Amino acid sequence: MGIRTLVGMLVVALAVIGLLATQTSYSLFLPGLLEGALLTIEIALLGSVLAVIMGVLAALARLYGPAPLRWVATVYVEIFRGTSALVQLFWLFFVLPQFGILMDAFTVAVLALGLNVGAYGSEVVRGAILAVAPGQWEASIALNMSRAQMLRRIILPQAFIAMIPPWGNLFIELLKSTALVSLITLTDLAFKAQQMNQSTLKTVPIFTLVLLIYLAMSLVITIGMRFLEQRASAGLSRGRAA
Amino acid sequence: MWDWSFTLEILPTLASAAIITVEATLIGFVIAALLGLVLALVRIAIPWTAWPISVLVELIRSTPLLIQIFFLYFVFPKFGIVLDAFTAGVIAIGLHYAAYCSEVYRAGFDNIPRGQWEASIALNLPQWATFRDIIIPQVIPPIVPALGNYLVALFKETPLLSAIAVLELMQTAKIIGSDTFRYTEPMTLVGLFFLVMSLVSAAIIRVLERLLNRRTSR
Repeated sequence: MGIRTLVGMLVVALAVIGLLATQTSYSLFLPGLLEGALLTIEIALLGSVLAVIMGVLAALARLYGPAPLRWVATVYVEIFRGTSALVQLFWLFFVLPQFGILMDAFTVAVLALGLNVGAYGSEVVRGAILAVAPGQWEASIALNMSRAQMLRRIILPQAFIAMIPPWGNLFIELLKSTALVSLITLTDLAFKAQQMNQSTLKTVPIFTLVLLIYLAMSLVITIGMRFLEQRASAGLSRGRAA
Repeated sequence: MWDWSFTLEILPTLASAAIITVEATLIGFVIAALLGLVLALVRIAIPWTAWPISVLVELIRSTPLLIQIFFLYFVFPKFGIVLDAFTAGVIAIGLHYAAYCSEVYRAGFDNIPRGQWEASIALNLPQWATFRDIIIPQVIPPIVPALGNYLVALFKETPLLSAIAVLELMQTAKIIGSDTFRYTEPMTLVGLFFLVMSLVSAAIIRVLERLLNRRTSR
């Protein structure tokens, strides 16, 4: 979908939320839901930061680390990609305390989502690094660069552009996964929705608003990542054309 | 820390719950694969539907599955359609992944050379025969890996059904946990089950991919 269609959808989504907010049967729920949405955003942001860090670290460890580090990274990626996010969330929330590791629900949520998406992200980072043309490596070797220099100045800036679209998809996955944290007692958007639904039974207005709010947040991510992609690749295409 | 006799005690319960999980996965995926195909076909056959369908797909893909499960489970009864939790949940999962699958099919259809369509028209084949005998047999093999990945992804989403109290693996593990105050064994077993199943299905998909590609390249 083009960026214009996406912006159009975002405008429509926000307009519908605004329109619904003028009716009392909807506006009643909006403040509570927005409060929940704030927590959702907080978890999604922190989780994304952790996911990017874990993704880059795991990818670099698997590509260039010494053997033990490589195994650790591989086991991490396989475990977190091979089991479901909810299982990981529950495992961290219910099982770790039995080993004496106590964390509050918020930390567990950020940790579980960040580690989960980070595992998928490491494959993205690894793929993007491997996709950089081999000539770039050879040229950096010919210029007598150190491995760190090559990565930092030659390879990663090029791999970065290829990573943007798949990371955008992962950030949306992460945003959607934040709904799971409602199941470990956090009062995020999904939790508020369920709570209000149970107390008022006004299912249609509540869940319509919730879906629209999630949609708006996803669209913001998609549009943001498209802009980032455009800006990042603009310099590159100019450089190549010369 | 880890009690083996307790593990053996809960194993049969978890195993029977695992069957529900696998059932939900398979039924959900059949819905997703078929509905996804229908969406992709309608999009090609009736051009004006392309835009509304792509907006619908975007809507479904941009909102959390958990909310969609709640939505179907709580909203259907308002219209007089009372579904049990399992049915509502499986339909929600199927719908969610149908959106993803329809994009996979679309990519598959886009990869068919124009000449195949034109040749079918030249041979005076009816549209239905063109799809059934010419296009779809060429579309399916290359997209099997992508569909397989969504099957595994769908499988890993089934624990969400525990949120509407379907007695699948996760819910059973939670009940065992809250009954006995021992979460370590049930949760870890559930995790292991998913890990093993995911790795096995990834291997099966790889084999299938090789088989299909061998047939088409011949």
